[in-house]
Amino acid sequence: MLWEVDIYPAEGRPDLGAGEVAATAAELHLADDLAVISARGYLIQGELDRAQVEQIADELLADRVVERTVVAPAGDPLLTELPDERTHWIHVLPKPGVMDPVAQSAMEAIADFGFRAEAVRTFRKYAVGRLPDEKLSLLCSKVLANDAIEQAIVGPLGFERLQVGSPYKFKLVTVPILAMDDAALEQLSRDGQLFLSLVEMRTIQAHFNQLGRDPTDVELETVAQTWSEHCSHKTLAGRIDYRGPDGERHFENMLKETIFAATQKIRQAAGDRDWCVSVFVDNAGVIRFDEKYNVVFKVETHNHPSALEPYGGANTGIGGVIRDPMGTGMGAKPICNTDVFCFAPPEVSPEELPPGVLHPRRVIKGVVAGVRDYGNRMGIPTVNGAIYFDPRYLGNPLVYCGNVGLIPRDKSDKHLQANDLIVALGGRTGRDGIHGATFSSAELTSHSETLSGGAVQIGNAITEKMLLDVLLVARDRGLYNSVTDCGAGGFSSAVGEMGEKIGAEVWLERVPLKYEGLTYTEIWISEAQERMVVSVSPEKWNELSALCASEGVEATVIGKFTPTGRLTLIYAEQKVADLAMDFLHDGRPPVVREAVYTLSSPLPLGEGPGVRAEKASGQWPVAGGQYKVASGKTPIPNPQSLIPSNYTDTLQKILGSLNVCSKEWVIRQYDHEVQGGSVLKPLVGAANDGPGDAAVLRPVLDSRRGIVISCGMNPRYGDFDTYWMAASAIDEAVRNCVAVGADPARIAILDNFCWGTTDRPETLGSLVRAALACHDVAVELGTPFISGKDSLNNEFRPLVKGVGSLCLDQTEGARTGNMETKTPDPFNGAISIPPSLLISAIGQVDDVARCVSMDLKSPGNLLYIVGETKNELGGSHFSLVEGLSGGEVPKVDARQAKTTFAAMHAAIHAGLVRACHDLSEGGLAVAAAEMAFAGELGAKISLADVPYLPSPTGRGAGGEGGSKSVQVLPDAALLFSESNTRFLCEVEPDNAAAFESALADVPHARIGEVVADGKLEIVGETPLLQADLPALKEAWQKPLRW
Amino acid sequence: MRSHAEHGNEFIAPRDRSRGALFSIPTPDPRTLLMTTPSVLILRAPGTNCDAETAFAFEQVGAKTETLHVNRLLESPELFERFQILCIPGGFSYGDDLGAGRILGSQIQHHLSDQLVRFKTEGKLILGICNGFQVLLKSSVLLEKIGADTPPATLTWNDSGRYYDGWVRLEASGSKSVFLAGIERMYLPVAHAEGKFVARDERTLQDLDAAGQLPLRYVAADNPNGSMDEVAGVCDSTGRVLGLMPHPERHIDPTQHPRWTRGEAGPEGDGLQMFRNAVEYFA
Repeated sequence: MLWEVDIYPAEGRPDLGAGEVAATAAELHLADDLAVISARGYLIQGELDRAQVEQIADELLADRVVERTVVAPAGDPLLTELPDERTHWIHVLPKPGVMDPVAQSAMEAIADFGFRAEAVRTFRKYAVGRLPDEKLSLLCSKVLANDAIEQAIVGPLGFERLQVGSPYKFKLVTVPILAMDDAALEQLSRDGQLFLSLVEMRTIQAHFNQLGRDPTDVELETVAQTWSEHCSHKTLAGRIDYRGPDGERHFENMLKETIFAATQKIRQAAGDRDWCVSVFVDNAGVIRFDEKYNVVFKVETHNHPSALEPYGGANTGIGGVIRDPMGTGMGAKPICNTDVFCFAPPEVSPEELPPGVLHPRRVIKGVVAGVRDYGNRMGIPTVNGAIYFDPRYLGNPLVYCGNVGLIPRDKSDKHLQANDLIVALGGRTGRDGIHGATFSSAELTSHSETLSGGAVQIGNAITEKMLLDVLLVARDRGLYNSVTDCGAGGFSSAVGEMGEKIGAEVWLERVPLKYEGLTYTEIWISEAQERMVVSVSPEKWNELSALCASEGVEATVIGKFTPTGRLTLIYAEQKVADLAMDFLHDGRPPVVREAVYTLSSPLPLGEGPGVRAEKASGQWPVAGGQYKVASGKTPIPNPQSLIPSNYTDTLQKILGSLNVCSKEWVIRQYDHEVQGGSVLKPLVGAANDGPGDAAVLRPVLDSRRGIVISCGMNPRYGDFDTYWMAASAIDEAVRNCVAVGADPARIAILDNFCWGTTDRPETLGSLVRAALACHDVAVELGTPFISGKDSLNNEFRPLVKGVGSLCLDQTEGARTGNMETKTPDPFNGAISIPPSLLISAIGQVDDVARCVSMDLKSPGNLLYIVGETKNELGGSHFSLVEGLSGGEVPKVDARQAKTTFAAMHAAIHAGLVRACHDLSEGGLAVAAAEMAFAGELGAKISLADVPYLPSPTGRGAGGEGGSKSVQVLPDAALLFSESNTRFLCEVEPDNAAAFESALADVPHARIGEVVADGKLEIVGETPLLQADLPALKEAWQKPLRW
Repeated sequence: MRSHAEHGNEFIAPRDRSRGALFSIPTPDPRTLLMTTPSVLILRAPGTNCDAETAFAFEQVGAKTETLHVNRLLESPELFERFQILCIPGGFSYGDDLGAGRILGSQIQHHLSDQLVRFKTEGKLILGICNGFQVLLKSSVLLEKIGADTPPATLTWNDSGRYYDGWVRLEASGSKSVFLAGIERMYLPVAHAEGKFVARDERTLQDLDAAGQLPLRYVAADNPNGSMDEVAGVCDSTGRVLGLMPHPERHIDPTQHPRWTRGEAGPEGDGLQMFRNAVEYFA
C-alpha cells in the first residue's frame, strides 16, 4: 500500500515556501504576484492502515500546532483537489538514487513506532496560478526543481509503488583497448568520461599489451581516477617550460620547485624552532599549536558540482573538506570552517543567461544554504570567508571550503601495517557522484547538466557527525592504525592511496549499499558521501565493530592490505581487477606543458584598454550595477572622474559595491559560535555588524591560546599581473591575521589555485607566474605554505545547438593572462574565470585577551596610518566604480612587509592599539568609514602627512612607469589606493609615544582623531570628503540585505 | 567523555527553596543531604553538537558531568538514577529531519518517559538548551499533552524562514525557574532555524504566563524569530524543568561577548549563573 501524507501550514500560519517561490518567480521575470500554495509531503509504502498512517502523520511528520495534514492512498483525488482558482499542481521529488536523508530518518522513526515502512520518499508540492506553458516549464526548471537531482511532475503523482532498486546480475566487462587506434582511444576516453589524454590512453594500452590482455572496465576506471587532475595534480606537479618577463625556466615539478620549496627553506632556516609538523603529505597541513595539540588546515574547492547543483555541490564541498582533517594523522577534531565564494553579479537579467547556466541568485542562495546546512549540523563554527563577484564566474562559480582541526601531538602520524583489515566506516554506497574525480577535471559545458547528473551529490551531515563521534573515540582507544577519507574517486582513491606502498585486496560484494543494482565498478568508484576508510589490526576489529554498533555507525570489513604490491578487486569470487600499484601510482606518462606569460606595457589610469572584467561583462549587460559597461566596447575614461569633484559619492559607491558590501546576510546563517570558543566573531562593533579582519577562537576551552583565521584574494589584480595578484593575496591574508593580534612569526598559509584551462600556454603561464610570487613572498615573510589544492579547467563553454560535444581541445578558447586580446563571443567560445588564487592564513595568539577588533572605541583617540601609500589604483575598486582601466597594480615589498608586520604585532601585543583595520579594497577611505560606522563614532582625518610614494616601485619583474596619472590623482590615490601592507590604527593619546616608538622602523603617521559626531571628514589640501556615517553604513549594508 | 562521579545510585535531594507548595517530591534520604556536588547527565544523540561546551560550563561551577549517548539510556534506563541534573544540549538531533527535536522527542516519549517523569518528581532538574528545548517540548516532558489533543505549544520556523545566529537581550521574570533564580537580564546568543515559540491558542499562552511558566523573554526589539509574546524560555509547572532557545553555555567567558573588545563584558559571561543556580540548588 502506498500512502501519501501532505502537510500544509495551518489556517492563519505563514506559508514560507510559497513566499519564496513567488519572490523568485518575480525576480526571474516569470510572473508578478504569482499565487502559490506550498506543502511538503511523504510517500510511505508498507502494510499500514489509515489509522497508523494518521498517527505517524500527527505524531511524527507534522507539527499540529502550526500545520495540518491530508492523508490518503496515493492517487486519491482528495490529494489534488484544487483549493481555489489555482490551476496547476506541481510535485517535486528527488530523482531515484539521489540521497534523501529525511526519508531515511522517517523510515527509522516509523520503525520506532512499531510500524514497518518498506520505503519512504519525500516531496514538495505546489499549487500555482495559471501560467502559459513555457513559463510553467521555466518555473519548474528554474524555481521549483533542479533537474540535476530532482524531477518536477505537473499534475497528480502517478505512482503506485516506490521503486527500491533492482538486483544486479554480475557480468565481467572487459574493454578491448588492445585493438584500438588513436581515434578509438580518444573516443573511449571521452565517451567513458575518463578524461585522459591520448598519450595517457596509449600508455595504458601499452601496459596491457605487455600483460597480453585487455583491461576490465574497473581497471580502466581505477587508472583514470588515479591519474585524474583532481587526484594527481599532474599539470602543476608536472614538467613545465616557462617563459615570462622574469626569464625562462624549466620545472621538473613546478609545485615542488616553487611553493613546497618556499616551505622547505623556511623550515630549514627555523632549525630547532621549526613549527611545521607535516606539510603537503597528509590530507591537511599540520602545524604546532601548544604543548598538547597540533592544528591542521585544509581548503578545497567544489566548483563544478556547485555550478550544476549549488546546494548539493556546496553541501558536499564543506562535508568533504571536513573529512580532510578527520583523515589527517590519526584523525583531527574539526574546530572551524571557512568559505570563500566567487559568483557573477546577481543582477544579471534572466533573459540574457546562456543556455545551461543557473541564475547567479539561485547559485548564491543555493551555495550559502548548502554550506549552512552542513556546517551547522556538524556543529562546526563557520568563522571566516569572503565573496567575490565578477561576470566571468557566471557559468563557473567557485566554492572554496576550508576546515581547521585540532589533533593531539601524538596522534599526528599514521602507521598502516601489512595485513591490516580495510574497514569502511559511515555512509552506505550508492550511485552518487560517479565520475566526480574525472568530471571535476573537465571543463563545464551547457551539456554538463545532462551528461554529469551522476556527479552531483547530496550530503547527510548527521551521518558524518556520527562518524566523527565514533572516530575520535576509536582514535583515542587506539583501534586503528591509519585513516583516510573517501573523497573524489571513492574507495578507488582512498584504498589505492592507503595501500600504495603495500598492496590491497578488496571484496566489493561486502560493501554495504544504499540500494540494490550497483555494478562492481560503481561500488568501487562511487563518491557517496560520509565514508571513511580505516586500517585495523585484526585483533582490534571486534572492539571497533562494537563501538560503531553502539552509536549506530556502520563498519564493514571490505578487504585487507595484503603485502603484494598489487591492487586486487574481487566480486562474486572472481578477480575483477588486478593492477600493479607501481603502474597505478608511477606509470602515468609525465605531462609536459608550455607556459608563457607576457606583460603588456602599463597604461596610465583611465587611458588603457578595458581590462577583461569590463570586457567580459559587456557580453551580459548588468542592469543597475557597477559592472555596467557599454557592450563590447572599451570603457571611455570619464574626465570628470579624474577630478576630485565628489569623493564622497565615490566612497559610497565603493562601500556599496558587491565585493566590499556587508555579507551579514550570509554570515548570520552560519553558526559561528558553536563549540564555545568564539573570541572575535566575523561581525564586530557597537551594533555587532562591522566587518572584522579575521576570526579568533579558543579551540581548547580551558586555555587562553587562540587561533586566528583569515584570507586574501583579489582576482581583479590578476588582469594586470598574476605575480602581484598572488603577492597581494598573501600580504592581505597575513595582514588580516596581524591586524587582530596574531604573531606574524607563527602564521601559516594555504594556496588554492582556481584557473582556466591550462592547456593554453598563456593560461598556464599566468599560473606559473603566480606560483613564483608565492615562493618569493612566502620566503621573505617567513610564512610557510602547509597545504594547497588546485582546480583547473574552470571554463564554461556554451555549446551551439546540434554541434555540441564535450571537448577539451582548444580550438577557439578565450585567451587569458595579461594579453591584449579580444574577448571571444561567449556563445561560441569558452568563458574562462579570472585567475583566482585564494590564500588562507592561520595564525596564533598566546592570550586571546590581547586581540583587537576593527571598530573605533572612544572619541579623542588618535588615528595612525601604518605603511606606505603608493599611487596604485590599477585593478582597484576606485577604478571599478568609476569605470576606469589601466593604472598601477598594487605591489608588495615583502622585506618591508615583514618589518611592518613585526612592528604592528609588537604594538598590539603591548596593548597600545585600541582598534586596527587592514587597508584593502577601497583603501584608506573605506577602512576609515568601516571603522567609524562599526564603532558608531566619527573620524576626522587629514591626508597631509600620509606617507606617500608617488612613483611605485616593487621587487620582481613587474612593469614600471605609469607616472602620467600620478600628477592627476594624488588625492584619489591617498584616499583609495589599494597599496599593500597598510593598517589604520586607533591609539589612546597616552600611548601615542609608545606606539610611535614601536613603529619607529616603519612608515607611519598620525593622521587624525576619533570624534563623536557620526561623521567622516577627510581633508587634503582642501576638504575632500564629508559624509554622515549612517548613510555610508546604509550604502554598505544595502546590496546583499536579502 | 568525562568520568563519572562515584555516586552510584544514591539520591541527592534538592535544597528546598521554600517553594514547597510547588514540590510534590518524596521525602529525601537525609544521608544524601550531605552531598554537595551534583552529577549532570549530558544526553547526546546523533547530531547533538553542543555537548562538550555545555559539560564544560557545568564543570566551571563545580558539577561533575558525564556525556552519554541516548542509546546507552535506551539500553539501560536505570542510568538516569545516577544523576541529579539532566541536560539535553543544542545541536541537530537526528538532523532535525522531521522537524527540530522531533525524532529524539519521539524516542523519549516512547521509551523513556517513565524515567523522566520519575526524574522530575524526585525533585531533580532538567535543562534543555536550543535543540534540547525543542526535544523537551516535542516529547511533552516540558508541557504535558493530554491524550490526542493538539500539544499546548511548539517551536517552529523563524519568521525569516532561515537559520539565524545573533545575540539577544533577555529578561527573566518571576522566580519560578530554578535555573533563572536571581537573574533579571542576560545577553546571550541564539543560533537556530526553528525557534519561534507558538502556543496552541491565546488561552494556553495566558495560562502559561499566569502560571509563571514563561520565565524568559526576548527584549521585544531583539526577538529573533517572531516568537509569540517574545517567549525565549519555558518551564514546567514545578520550575525544575526549563527549556530555552538562547545558549547560556556560549556566554560563560568574557571573551565570548561580541563586544568584549569595547569593554562591555563583565568578569564572567551572563550564562554562567544559570549553571551555578543548578549546582547550588543541591548545595
